Amino acid sequence: MIETVLTIIEPYLPIIKTVFAITCIGFGCSFALAIAAKFFEVKDDPRIGEVNELLPGANCGACGYAGCMDYAKAVVMDDAELNRCAPGGADLTATLAEYLGKTAEAAEKQVAIVLCMGTNDAAKCRFEYNGIADCRAAHLVGGGDKACTYGCLGYSSCATVCPTQAIEMVDGVAKVHPELCISCGKCVTACPRNLIKLVPEKNTVHILCSSNDKGPIVRKVCTKGCIGCTMCVKLTKEEESVFMDGFLAKIDYSKEVQNKVIVEKCPPKCIIDTTINN
Amino acid sequence: MNILKAKFKIHGGVHPKYRKELARDEETKRLPLPDILRISTTQHLGAPSKPVVKKGDYVKKYQLLAEAAGFISAPVHSPASGTIKDIVTGTGASGAPVTEIILETNNTSDAELTGVYPTDEWQKLSPETILNRIREAGVVGAGGAGFPTYVKLSPPPDKKIETLIINGAECEPYLTADYRLMLEHPECLIAGIQIICKVLNVTEAYIAIEDNKPEAIELLSKYLEDKKIENIKVSTLPTYYPQGAEKQQIYSITGREVPSGGLPADVGVLVENTGTTVAIYNAVIKDLPFIERTTTVSGYGIETPSNVIAPIGTPYQELIDFCGGAKDDVKKIISGGPMMGFAQATAETTTTKTTSGLLLLTAKEISQFESSPCISCGRCIAACPMNLMPAELSQFCEAEDFESAAANRVMDCMECGCCAFSCPAHRPLVQHFRTAKAFLRAQPKK
Amino acid sequence: MSEEQLYSVSSSPHVHSGASIHGIMRDVVIAMVPTFIAAIIFFGLNALILTATCVISCVFFEYLSRRIMKRNNTINDLSAVITGVLLAFNLPPTFPIWMAVVGSFVAIVIAKQLFGGLGYNPFNPALAGRLFLFLSFAFAMSGDWTPWSYINTENIVATTSATPLGMLQESTGSIAFLSNNSNIMNMFLGKVNGCIGEVSALALILGGLYLLWRKVITWHIPVAYIGTVAVFATILYMIDPSTNASPLFHLFSGGLMLGAIFMATDMVTSPTDRSGMLVFGIGCGLLTMIIRKWGAYPEGVSFSIFIMNATTPLINRVCKPRVFGVKGKA
Repeated sequence: MIETVLTIIEPYLPIIKTVFAITCIGFGCSFALAIAAKFFEVKDDPRIGEVNELLPGANCGACGYAGCMDYAKAVVMDDAELNRCAPGGADLTATLAEYLGKTAEAAEKQVAIVLCMGTNDAAKCRFEYNGIADCRAAHLVGGGDKACTYGCLGYSSCATVCPTQAIEMVDGVAKVHPELCISCGKCVTACPRNLIKLVPEKNTVHILCSSNDKGPIVRKVCTKGCIGCTMCVKLTKEEESVFMDGFLAKIDYSKEVQNKVIVEKCPPKCIIDTTINN
Repeated sequence: MNILKAKFKIHGGVHPKYRKELARDEETKRLPLPDILRISTTQHLGAPSKPVVKKGDYVKKYQLLAEAAGFISAPVHSPASGTIKDIVTGTGASGAPVTEIILETNNTSDAELTGVYPTDEWQKLSPETILNRIREAGVVGAGGAGFPTYVKLSPPPDKKIETLIINGAECEPYLTADYRLMLEHPECLIAGIQIICKVLNVTEAYIAIEDNKPEAIELLSKYLEDKKIENIKVSTLPTYYPQGAEKQQIYSITGREVPSGGLPADVGVLVENTGTTVAIYNAVIKDLPFIERTTTVSGYGIETPSNVIAPIGTPYQELIDFCGGAKDDVKKIISGGPMMGFAQATAETTTTKTTSGLLLLTAKEISQFESSPCISCGRCIAACPMNLMPAELSQFCEAEDFESAAANRVMDCMECGCCAFSCPAHRPLVQHFRTAKAFLRAQPKK
Repeated sequence: MSEEQLYSVSSSPHVHSGASIHGIMRDVVIAMVPTFIAAIIFFGLNALILTATCVISCVFFEYLSRRIMKRNNTINDLSAVITGVLLAFNLPPTFPIWMAVVGSFVAIVIAKQLFGGLGYNPFNPALAGRLFLFLSFAFAMSGDWTPWSYINTENIVATTSATPLGMLQESTGSIAFLSNNSNIMNMFLGKVNGCIGEVSALALILGGLYLLWRKVITWHIPVAYIGTVAVFATILYMIDPSTNASPLFHLFSGGLMLGAIFMATDMVTSPTDRSGMLVFGIGCGLLTMIIRKWGAYPEGVSFSIFIMNATTPLINRVCKPRVFGVKGKA
């Protein structure tokens, strides 16, 4: 009986041996792995993974941590603030607070805005630039080709770093699409001319100029630049929402502009209201 | 014979079209005093000087306009008598904003000098007195960087200078200002060298000249022979760019390698530019502050290429007009040489103590950069005198991976331009490295 | 923008050597002319048709793929022409036209444009095309060697239909015959069977000298490659002349000259530093001889260059010049 079985399986013996050997190796390894898993186990708060699931997963770094996982760890282990995730916004803060049984005040939703309107038609160039198409590099060559030493160079360094493609180059000037902006602030650091600011989303009136030059100089280089006429400051005297910083009018973003007539009255038309203009 | 051939061969280097014939035989002329001078307070490396005059002040020629602001800084003196019209913010040759003192000149000669020493009496002065005079005269490196000379001449006490090299290589194409200086004023140059030797207590000095200037080599060697000066020798260098780069020149002549990030003093050498040496001579012997310099105005875009002595603060347009005006097809105005100089947006920029050349180049002389991919031909590596790998570095820079660029020693790049000069893909290599270096410098030190 | 003329401003340097990719590629094309003429002399119309097919289809695929990928047109840099010529040079004279077109497609589209085009391709496109054809259509690539008899029917090699290396591999030709001087002379001139561009060592060396004179290539890769083969072959020959062909046979047979002068020196896929080039050349030489001596294929030039192409990034990492003023390895 055994002999017959042996004769039948004889030709298959090499296969059987191989299968047996592989199976043994497989079991051996899994056993070793099981032991290793037991011995080297790291106790991890399961909530970290779950908080990480709640986060948007953009890994944008706006919270100041290396990524979503890092922030999740900080939230659970180190009691980090719950409102630091800009892409998640107020909703996420509420969700996190509920999940962790804490209370947290939602941070104000902010969006990036480019404080320049110096499009190709409006702003003059001083020279023909030939080199790397990158703002940081262009800024170092002769101070940039825009005649205005404050204005947007238009080589889209901000658009390149934007993780959500919220920045578009329109007529040589960067423009942020607020609905796409997750206020991570990467563009703010990318701009060599510091033209991009994070502002509260609720503010809709902006002065899109950063030139601190005197009016005549501004007028020489750009038709859309703030000439420092102070008209907007005077028109908003009571509410004090606009102030002069040198020769440049600026919005006080802690307040909201009530007298929106300044948008119409501004001589170079460098004040916009996003509820109308967009 | 007092002519020595440089013994050591540096790696890399390129052979640009020198085009020195445009201005090399033009005798140096003096520019008539312009009506308006705009004197920048950033004439040198280091902190900009602090103006000591104000709007409306009347100043005499040689009077102090701005004082040194810190250790690495230098005073600026008035190149002419006149009235200060204003002090404004202008644009320097590199494109960075600078403070400019606008001077309306009146062409009177009410200049006052504190005292003039007879030529042979300077020997009696102490090194400290000499150094002080150099500092007060605002002498800075005239070659291009503008490092304050008295700082250079006061090396730390633990670094003994054994060899002095006077850089007369003038390896940048077009430029002939130093060449003319050597031909026309050998006595000032030699006396200047002797002054530096005395300050540093150095016995051995070389005047480094590229072998494409045989007249200068012969003239200086003959002068030294006639005057029986034995401690100064003429060292001839094979002609190629960048033979005038400090570290490369030291290696060519002495075979010593200045360590990365170090100074020539680390290998006991000091390199001084010919123009600076003459300025030292003027400062010590004639008590003249550094208020004017020879500038080569050249290029195919200028009517009569010339070597011009112009006061600091002269608008480029004045120099261009003096040299017959610009031709119609000028495409680029360059302050300095074509390999390392700065392109200008306008001819309104003014000369400084470091303006060695003003070039008006036409479209056929200049290059256009393209953002084409690297084809790994390795020509930049073969050309790099610092033995870097520009091809690889530029790819790091393009990816904004500045840390890797730093690890591959982008900071050792001296921006000589050999890589971009030889790149068949016309990649803007030097601009990449400049951007990376600026980024890395702005980073806090770890 | 204002109407007035603006000056141009860029970072230094403001002058240029005048070298361009187009210029380099043009020089390579010129350097391939002697080999092309030799190919027409030895293989007649077939060589012409094959080369024309490869060049036209390479340029066409380059144009088409750039167009589809919405990138700028690059056919003016002539690199596609070179790929076409090199691919044709690596094909036997009776190779079917449609297969040559397929090879061109693989070379340009798959090996080059899909990686991003000139400068980004890790492997020499012509080589990739050839290897694809070699592995896919092995018979067409190596089976039927038409004797070069268009010119000369007297030579004994002509009556066999195998390449010298094939004969060596299959021991169909005696070692003594393969290594004799008249045979080697024929191989040097190109009177042997083989791919259309690889047979004439003389024409290839002429092209190589032109490239060296024009400073398009440096001596490092060809010399290291050919030198390594020569040394390796000499050692083998000294050990046993009865089973190993003479060093000269190895130098002038197969695609060694074509590979060493035109394929291994491809800038994009070879190391950038001189020391790296030497390592690359030596590696190619060693691999070639190992494949020739012990491998299953008679010829190893394509494979060895292909393998070394893959190591180029690694060589570039290791072989760096010592930075001026830095003690020890940078």
